[in-house]
Amino acid sequence: MTDLTGRTEDAAPPAEVPEMELFHAHSFLTKYVFCQDAKVIAIQYAGTAIAIGLVALVLSWVIRIQLAFPGAVALIDAKVYYQAVTMHGMIMVVYMLTAIFLGGFGNYLIPLMVGARDMVFPFVNMLSYWVYLLATLVLAASYFAPGGPSGAGWTLYPPQSILTGTPGYDYGIVMMLASLILFIVGFTMGGLNYVVTVLQARTRGMTLMRMPLTVWGIFAAAVMALLAFPGLFVACVMLLLDRTLGTSFFMPAIVEFGEHKAYVGGSPILFQHLFWFFGHPEVYIVALPAFGIVSDLISVHARKNIFGYRMMVWAIIAIGVLSMVVWGHHMYVSGMDPLFGFFFAVTTLAIAVPTALKVYNWVITLWRADISFTTPMLFALGFLVTFVNGGLTGLYLGNVIVDVPLSATLFVVAHFHMVMGIAPVLVIFGAIYHWYPKITGRMMDETLGKVHFWITFLGAYAIFFPMHYLGVLGVPRRFYELGETAFVPDSAHLLNVSITVLALVVGFAQAIFFYNLFTSLKRGKPAGGNPWRAASLEWQTPETPPGHGNWGDEPPIVYRWAYAYSVPGAPEDYIPQNEPPIRGELSS
Amino acid sequence: MSSEPTTTSDHFSQRPSGLLGVMADWSSDQRSFKTASWRKAMMWVFLVSDTFIFSCFLISYMTVRVSTTVEWPHPSEIFALEFDGRKIPLILIAIMTFDLITSSGTMALAVNYAYARKRRAAAILMVATAVIGAAFVGMQAFEWSKLIHEGVRPWGNPFGAAQFGSSFFMITGFHGFHVSMGVIALLIIARNVWRGDYDSGRRTTYSHRAGDYEIVEVVGLYWHFVDLVWVFIFAFFYLW
Repeated sequence: MTDLTGRTEDAAPPAEVPEMELFHAHSFLTKYVFCQDAKVIAIQYAGTAIAIGLVALVLSWVIRIQLAFPGAVALIDAKVYYQAVTMHGMIMVVYMLTAIFLGGFGNYLIPLMVGARDMVFPFVNMLSYWVYLLATLVLAASYFAPGGPSGAGWTLYPPQSILTGTPGYDYGIVMMLASLILFIVGFTMGGLNYVVTVLQARTRGMTLMRMPLTVWGIFAAAVMALLAFPGLFVACVMLLLDRTLGTSFFMPAIVEFGEHKAYVGGSPILFQHLFWFFGHPEVYIVALPAFGIVSDLISVHARKNIFGYRMMVWAIIAIGVLSMVVWGHHMYVSGMDPLFGFFFAVTTLAIAVPTALKVYNWVITLWRADISFTTPMLFALGFLVTFVNGGLTGLYLGNVIVDVPLSATLFVVAHFHMVMGIAPVLVIFGAIYHWYPKITGRMMDETLGKVHFWITFLGAYAIFFPMHYLGVLGVPRRFYELGETAFVPDSAHLLNVSITVLALVVGFAQAIFFYNLFTSLKRGKPAGGNPWRAASLEWQTPETPPGHGNWGDEPPIVYRWAYAYSVPGAPEDYIPQNEPPIRGELSS
Repeated sequence: MSSEPTTTSDHFSQRPSGLLGVMADWSSDQRSFKTASWRKAMMWVFLVSDTFIFSCFLISYMTVRVSTTVEWPHPSEIFALEFDGRKIPLILIAIMTFDLITSSGTMALAVNYAYARKRRAAAILMVATAVIGAAFVGMQAFEWSKLIHEGVRPWGNPFGAAQFGSSFFMITGFHGFHVSMGVIALLIIARNVWRGDYDSGRRTTYSHRAGDYEIVEVVGLYWHFVDLVWVFIFAFFYLW
């Protein structure tokens, strides 16, 4: 700690790097379509992700209608059902959540929050979006290919994913794999930008330990994605070769419908290892940005600094490192060596330590704080509840002996929807309500926002909480129809019906959000530059919405961390990061 | 963009050395790697990610090699060339490896001349590197066609396990793709160096930024990486 009193120039080191050169667009095409400005790319990313996410929402209705009223809708046969299950999962995990957190919020917030004028390589950043869009279109196009999209389940396990009995054998699986490869190529271009911008393009005074936790979460997630997506990339390439050229990487000698296939000697378990080497870090690629954003929402709307900032940062790093070595817990029933099961159970349960630390810190931040129950705060609190719920069931499933009977039941579905479905989606909503004023210059409607929150939160909770019970009863996941199953009582069917009705209600209720989102563009209350009176850098831009280059003539100089709320003796209850130090202030 | 490290500033030269220096850099503002420009940092991060891709490929190859029930073809026989009726094992691959490692040498010289602003020498050495790289890809094409001629296919071969052909074509193909991309990049940058783009501040077509001689070093990093990967592929495919 050093006393900053004195000349303010001394408080921040001199600039090491000359100013970033920006491309100034002049035509409509280069300004809004093929745009190199991270803020526009962010909107493009988020818009595409939300659009494809709505497709996934409709697909979830298909799944739910079939489960509650089997055979009631003639259109939903087993093929359509399995295709819906597959596409819903894949879209939500990869094309929606990963893309919106990293491509959407990452692009918008990283440069603004670290005080950069843009991402370090704006042209590569633009390419990233267009390749992502292409990947999304290829995936969506598989619905129009003969035979439709793949119905292999989102995990695409071979051998079944590339055998003729699986829906989408002809084109669906090929388009799915091609689309994933494109997505990874596109993401890599963006991910490199996010990582290098955070490491190398911060403004004067912005040390790593002064960055808002949002940036930390997105940064850690981007690093993990660069290390985890290679596993998926290799798995996709090899599965594509197995399907198109008839190689036998993953395919053992196999007889299908009495026909001896040409495959011989491959290892299906190898696919699972590669897939989950990506798949488990992927959970945290989605969760870490959510953790970061929630920390900032709680801190701003409770007017208190985040409790244990350094611990929060180290917890993010610890979770990131640990999550790279836990993938085997998805394979307890795949026939691994029991010793592996032991190792993966230990590492899995160890993740609970930094994660619990984060939850405690959020709760302690709220303790005796000046909480204002704005819509973003409500969504942050909703996240806490669903995340704790999903995290605790994770401890059940992390234990081998508990997992074996529960795997492939609705308990697993309940667990992962709570922890990486509902929880991150609530954060996305909260983040949109929170940063919308900065992006558009207008506030979203609070009343509509609160109605949207309560329907979404309570509804989603009522959808997924009873699934734990159904899972414990033994109701299997992914089954097209239960039929006459002795161990499933009639009451379970009633529960199934109520879950489906709620799913439809909650789904349609999102119309409130979209109505609010679009009408507020014109009719929302003018927000001013800093409506939440927040301390972090993105609220201190000279213009709102921020102009091209973000900072006008001079980039900001940072003198303190992003959480200077309710500082005793300060004139306001927050001190912006770029406010020169006041007399007697110590640096943090 | 130019982000030359300001090695002369007081702030920078007062840095502690060793581990304390690392800590000082990471707890400082603006940049965590004080001597790395953006493009160099980005290349390093990309190479780490690419390392994971190649590692996944090679580990998968090892896994299928032990999982398959059929005998693995004998590398010293299958990778032998016939001269004068005598089979010489691994002769082509020895030449290819020598060739690629030579190209690393010319690349390193090119970087040196580029920083010395000797444009002609740097450009010629880069073209030489690209030619040697292209020769590598050519020899790889020759090896592929020889194996294909002998009946090796991705889905099977007459010498043993089907996975031999699958892994071989996939991994050497992926590596050959990397070399080919490197050749293209080298030729483009060699043209820019020859033309003096990095002295005149000419802007690139797409990103509208002026380049810098450092780009030679950055493409060199990529080139050495691709060489290094080859050493692993060589060891795992031809010597195991």
